[in-house]
Amino acid sequence: MTLLALSAGASSSLPFLIVGIWVLLLAVFLGFEVIQKVPPTLHTPLMSGSNAISGITIVGSLYCASADYPILSTVLGAAAIAMAMVNVVGGFVVTDRMLQMFHSKDRKTPSQKG
Amino acid sequence: MLAMLSMHYLVELGYMAASALFVLGIIMLGKVKTAARGNRWAGVGMAIAIGGTVLLLITDGAWAPRSYLIAIGAGAAGSLAGWWLAVKVPMTSMPEFVAFFNGLGGAASMCVALAEVPRAATGHDIEGVDMTTLADMGGVDFAVADGLSVVIGAVTFSGSMIAYAKLAGKLNGNRIGVLGRQQVNLLLGVICLGLAVWGDFFAATPATLYSSNGLLTLAALVLGVGLTVPIGGADMPVAIALLNSYSGIAAMTTGFVLQNNLLIVAGSLVGASGIILTQIMCKAMNRSLANVLLGGLQEAAAATKDEGYTKVKSTSAEELAQLLDAATSVIFVPGYGLAVAQAQHKVRELATLLEKKGCAVRYAIHPVAGRMPGHMNILLAEADVPYEQLFELDKINDDFKNTDVVIVLGANDVCNPAALKDPKSPIAGMPVLEVWNARTVVVVKRSLSAGYSGIRNELFQMDNSLMLFADAKKALEETISELKAL
Repeated sequence: MTLLALSAGASSSLPFLIVGIWVLLLAVFLGFEVIQKVPPTLHTPLMSGSNAISGITIVGSLYCASADYPILSTVLGAAAIAMAMVNVVGGFVVTDRMLQMFHSKDRKTPSQKG
Repeated sequence: MLAMLSMHYLVELGYMAASALFVLGIIMLGKVKTAARGNRWAGVGMAIAIGGTVLLLITDGAWAPRSYLIAIGAGAAGSLAGWWLAVKVPMTSMPEFVAFFNGLGGAASMCVALAEVPRAATGHDIEGVDMTTLADMGGVDFAVADGLSVVIGAVTFSGSMIAYAKLAGKLNGNRIGVLGRQQVNLLLGVICLGLAVWGDFFAATPATLYSSNGLLTLAALVLGVGLTVPIGGADMPVAIALLNSYSGIAAMTTGFVLQNNLLIVAGSLVGASGIILTQIMCKAMNRSLANVLLGGLQEAAAATKDEGYTKVKSTSAEELAQLLDAATSVIFVPGYGLAVAQAQHKVRELATLLEKKGCAVRYAIHPVAGRMPGHMNILLAEADVPYEQLFELDKINDDFKNTDVVIVLGANDVCNPAALKDPKSPIAGMPVLEVWNARTVVVVKRSLSAGYSGIRNELFQMDNSLMLFADAKKALEETISELKAL
């Protein structure tokens, strides 16, 4: 059924699946290229920063709050929104905290905590 | 109509900007000077993505009053919780919180994918037909992507929570019952596949849709536990990196569910990042990913565990202080024990004292020291250790022979000579810090107990090595006061 739709659509514009795979392919190559250059010193911030980026699924969860989704979907969407926001806000803030430490010696006021 | 169309274009442009900001952000994360800015750029990208999506849904009229309520309520609750946790977490607990946040990202992807199930159950998209499979509703590609999102999201969630529990010391056992056995995981994988095929292609009534996808979620959650439970201790960096990659892949497959390129780009970037870190960690241990995932080392190592040491020389803080007083070059080798003892500030204090005496101080960081990639770097950065003094394994290994004193702080396997000298050792071939080439090695350790790998360390009884049996923090405090008294 979808195969029919796929071949029918191919004449005018590409189906999303094909476009999506294109994007996926290029993004994976880009990702490998970019991330290989990150030095070990920054692996923890890279990890928690990219972790925050994986919270992009928040975009999907906002769709689930739409009126034309059944109520159960909306409930799942609400849970997804809350969890994705913990991931996004927590991830970026914690990464920022870590990275500030790398700069603390530039401010010439070393903060000796704990 | 035209306004709506242009709004779609506008938001699509916003998504493009967000993708670009994510990529630029990660590029900038690659340099210490620009890293903080890079992280903020990625944050701005995220804000644009969220703002654009909300704008689109509102102008499309897709949102009912309850949508606003949910988005604002859940969004604010999540943001506050995330912010509070991020501000409160001590730097030493960073590995477990990265795992925790990661798990929530996976759970969110799982929920978004599961939210499609009630839509099929209510026959939403097909007029006049109230029995619809997920494949009928969105096509084969949609059904496959939805099933994958549920499984990968659930595995990420439960796996990350197990990793969190292990790192936070709330869970110690290496295996829970039969979970974690290779055959059990394989069986669970097959069950997931079967349930996914049923749930996405054949289940057409509300009852079958809900039960199949519910069981699929459950099976995938158990699989996540099974996959993470056998991984322990020093293998945790690999587990975290891998779970990080899973959360990206879950977001990417969700992108195929929602036909959204931004999710595909962001998800693939994170997926690639996690896979590269996983590779680096495995290489640093000279082990295959399969070996780490199946917990192979523990069993191989168990046999050599209990051999005693015969000629260990123990030392005192006083003697260490005298050694350091005479030294002109010192290298610290930090390990997980440093994090446990929270001794990073004391290391820095001792280092400052030594530098004032004209002694050159450096730090040798093994890639798998600690419990997550870069763990030691973060810990030492917290204590204001200049990152220029931190050296990677291959940059400093040849310098040990010109060094007066090496102080090993809570590290063990990463400086075990067996890796180079004993081809039968379970860690044979693992790149290690060759600390024994220094004039004197002082190992600060609470006991002679074996490291994570469970194998004995000849380093402890080499002619030029001294053992200082103490908690790292206490030992350093005493050494500092002895050194000041000299």
